[in-house]
Amino acid sequence: MTGKLRASAVEALAGLLHDDMTVMAGGFGLCGVPENLIAAIKMSGVKGLTVISNNPGIDGLGLGQLLETRQISRMVASFVGENQLFARQYLSGEVQLEITPQGTLAERIRAGGAGIPAFFAKTGVGTLVAEGKELREFDGETYLMERSLRADLAIVKAWKGETKGNLIYRKTARNFNPMMAMAGKVTVAEVEQLVAVGTIDPDHVHTPGIFVQRIIEAPRQNPHEQRTTRKRD
Amino acid sequence: MAWTREEMAARAAKELRDGFYVNLGIGIPTLVANYIPEGIHVTLQSENGMLGMGPFPLAGEEDADLINAGKQPVTELPYSSYFSSADSFANIDLSVLGAMQVAANGDLANWTIPGKMVKGMGGAMDLVAGVKKVVVVMEHCAVDKKTGAIEPKLLNACSLPLTGAAVVDMVVTDLGVFTIDKKAGGDLTLIELAPGVTMEEIRRKTPLEFLHL
Repeated sequence: MTGKLRASAVEALAGLLHDDMTVMAGGFGLCGVPENLIAAIKMSGVKGLTVISNNPGIDGLGLGQLLETRQISRMVASFVGENQLFARQYLSGEVQLEITPQGTLAERIRAGGAGIPAFFAKTGVGTLVAEGKELREFDGETYLMERSLRADLAIVKAWKGETKGNLIYRKTARNFNPMMAMAGKVTVAEVEQLVAVGTIDPDHVHTPGIFVQRIIEAPRQNPHEQRTTRKRD
Repeated sequence: MAWTREEMAARAAKELRDGFYVNLGIGIPTLVANYIPEGIHVTLQSENGMLGMGPFPLAGEEDADLINAGKQPVTELPYSSYFSSADSFANIDLSVLGAMQVAANGDLANWTIPGKMVKGMGGAMDLVAGVKKVVVVMEHCAVDKKTGAIEPKLLNACSLPLTGAAVVDMVVTDLGVFTIDKKAGGDLTLIELAPGVTMEEIRRKTPLEFLHL
């Protein structure tokens, strides 16, 4: 049996990338972003990507790297306000955007991973988000139907991982990673610390190994997007 | 004198009640955390995945894995917990957020200007669809940067795409405080004037009918 561990990000993505594919990438802002795997996608030159991620990174960082090389043709995201390049590419029509509320985006991915094709949500009723969607009343309230999301490839970032694929996330770097790990047809995880099987308490596992097909250990990249601090008293 | 940003935040903080789970938006709403009234304990929720959010860290102690929804580094408290985005947005008592426009019926617009600016709603649509009470904190009017023209933000109907329909319960501006009775189909009532602000001024800058106490 071939194990899940790969030696590098490039090796971990070997055979998985093709033009016009759909990729989910974990992260919120620059927090919990699989930077090393994104860099490997950039190097591969694959293009026409549909990328599902809460944000498109910022200029030159995170998914921003793939905007610079014009590898992304469509984004599904909840907030894009921190990336000037994305704004330019969107307003000029180079990149399409499916803007989706954050909670709805998370649930669409969670549902995709759970094998649920669609669900009803209250979020967005009476707004542009509801356009073209089926409305239905439940218990006197109006809801709209949202389709779930899956991807050809999910790339996630965790703090610790075992070669069997069990993952633990750290603090707010968890964000979209657990749901994306479940919703990828293939999921590749990059972890800061690869630990021996048996090291992680099974009760502490956030993502069970069944959802992770390949894993790499990669140095932490995620820089600070902002540096707000308080003064010492 | 109209209220400053800090004074607006302090006024919004008076809506906090003991035991509330509270989500604070980016900008002036973030400042509300500095004015939690004495004797009131609230738990701050951050929709990127944290309950029990602490203050900004000391310089040198920032952790890139520990941020708020505005991507600013924050800190843990003894009772903090983390969760995924799929577990966010439930059971929140009060949400304080900014706005580009609010209508008398409680409609809120704060995520895009078609053709000019696409920012995205982030978690704002989920919050206003689900929380028990929505307080908007915003400048009463916007000033057009090019022409200097004053554009009211509290309107009969929003001209910008909505974040939520009939979702706002209270609006705190630099000029005063309004409540919106959503059940009555949108009765806008001025309940408080900022010190030194006259009825004449607030009427001039609010192009719609409103009640006042």
